[in-house]
Amino acid sequence: MHHVVVEQWSRRHSFVHQRDARAKLLVALALLAALATSPASPVTAVPFALLVAVGIVAARLPLVSMLKKAAVVLPFSMLFGAVEWVAGQPLAGAALLVKSYISALTVLLLVASTPQPALLRGMESLGAPRLLVLMAQTLYRYLFVISEQAQHMRLAAVCRQGSAHRSQRRAFHAAAGALAILFARSYVRAEGIHRAMAARGFAGEFHSLRPPRFTRMDAVFAGVGSAVAVLAHLLVSHA
Amino acid sequence: MTPLIEVRGLRYRYDDGTEALRGVDLTVYPGETVVLLGANGSGKTTLLLHLNGLLQGEGSVRVCGMDVSPPTLRDVRSKVGMVFQDADEQLFMPTVLEDVAFGPLNQGFPPDEAAARARAALAHVGLGDIEHRAPYHLSAGEKRRAALAGVLAMEPEILILDEPTTYLDPPAQRSLVKLLVNLPQAKVVATHDVRFAAALATRALFFDKGQVAREGSLSEIVELFRWDWDA
Repeated sequence: MHHVVVEQWSRRHSFVHQRDARAKLLVALALLAALATSPASPVTAVPFALLVAVGIVAARLPLVSMLKKAAVVLPFSMLFGAVEWVAGQPLAGAALLVKSYISALTVLLLVASTPQPALLRGMESLGAPRLLVLMAQTLYRYLFVISEQAQHMRLAAVCRQGSAHRSQRRAFHAAAGALAILFARSYVRAEGIHRAMAARGFAGEFHSLRPPRFTRMDAVFAGVGSAVAVLAHLLVSHA
Repeated sequence: MTPLIEVRGLRYRYDDGTEALRGVDLTVYPGETVVLLGANGSGKTTLLLHLNGLLQGEGSVRVCGMDVSPPTLRDVRSKVGMVFQDADEQLFMPTVLEDVAFGPLNQGFPPDEAAARARAALAHVGLGDIEHRAPYHLSAGEKRRAALAGVLAMEPEILILDEPTTYLDPPAQRSLVKLLVNLPQAKVVATHDVRFAAALATRALFFDKGQVAREGSLSEIVELFRWDWDA
């Protein structure tokens, strides 16, 4: 399960993992803003790609697996890149593709180096809307529920499949039906989880065993990281 | 003796029109273990959900001298610990320790004390060495114990257990019985497992179609309704 792997990565130990979530969020935001506002050319994204690669190495995360996981964004950005291409701006299309991929990699690095409760708490303390944070927290928990349900249903379907060679049409019908049932089951399961949370006094606010501490090193990390992102932007803008 | 739980004339109808409870009365005293028997859909779980304020029907529900209503829910949920039938629904935090500390943190304890309570509860249920593991990697027996620890960490006066032997193999069931027998809290247990009930019950109620059809000792109930297919 994708989210389980990322969850395990987020609990590793490294210099990046040790930094306060707010510091990492600030650096990530600076990097994303600098990347988004840099000139529309795939070459200008190179310094940013190097910065993210340095971050992945510093966080002791598996580079190849990270590159593969970030590729999940490519089908969507390829679609928009193709639109730019058809509109006669192939360079802009390629830049969009590269920038979206590096952005996804940046967000993945943030998520894979920060445990989810700390990350959401950091977002909240930086002013993210409370409702948004609550929704993200709940959604994250339900991801496990939905993927587990999907695995059970897949196993049950394979057991009753009869033949491994099914027509595309039958497979599509089966998948569509399974998706509807998965939604209904997940809804019921999610209700159960919410009920169990309420039974233990949950009143809409997640508390943590490790209150965040913004140290001097976190301030240096946030300052240096953001400054490097801005420098990279200036470099590619005036090259 | 003052009862810990007093339910009078409780009625509840689900949104789809199903009348799940039709005038249920229940009294539980300190130290008692009351077992609820009855077929699926007879109203046992619906009653349990009322004791923690998760459902609110017509009639009166009092817990530890408090009417169960929105203004008292926070206090009621500190007094009544509920262990759900499906432990997977109860274990939702990334690590076992964080999950067990979820209740104490919601009760307002500072993180250090919440962690200490969680560790004590985990040690109590024999899971002191797995606090950093992810709940979805535990066995069924460990999940059940972790769910129980999550409730014990809140130091409740009453334990509510809904089908606690579900998914447990016989050794895990025996282990759970030993654990529950030694807990001082009053308990209300809904179960289909007569042997499990016999190991715990001081009193039994038989539910039928949303009503308490009979109340008495477990052996009386089993005899009257021929509830134990091994008998």
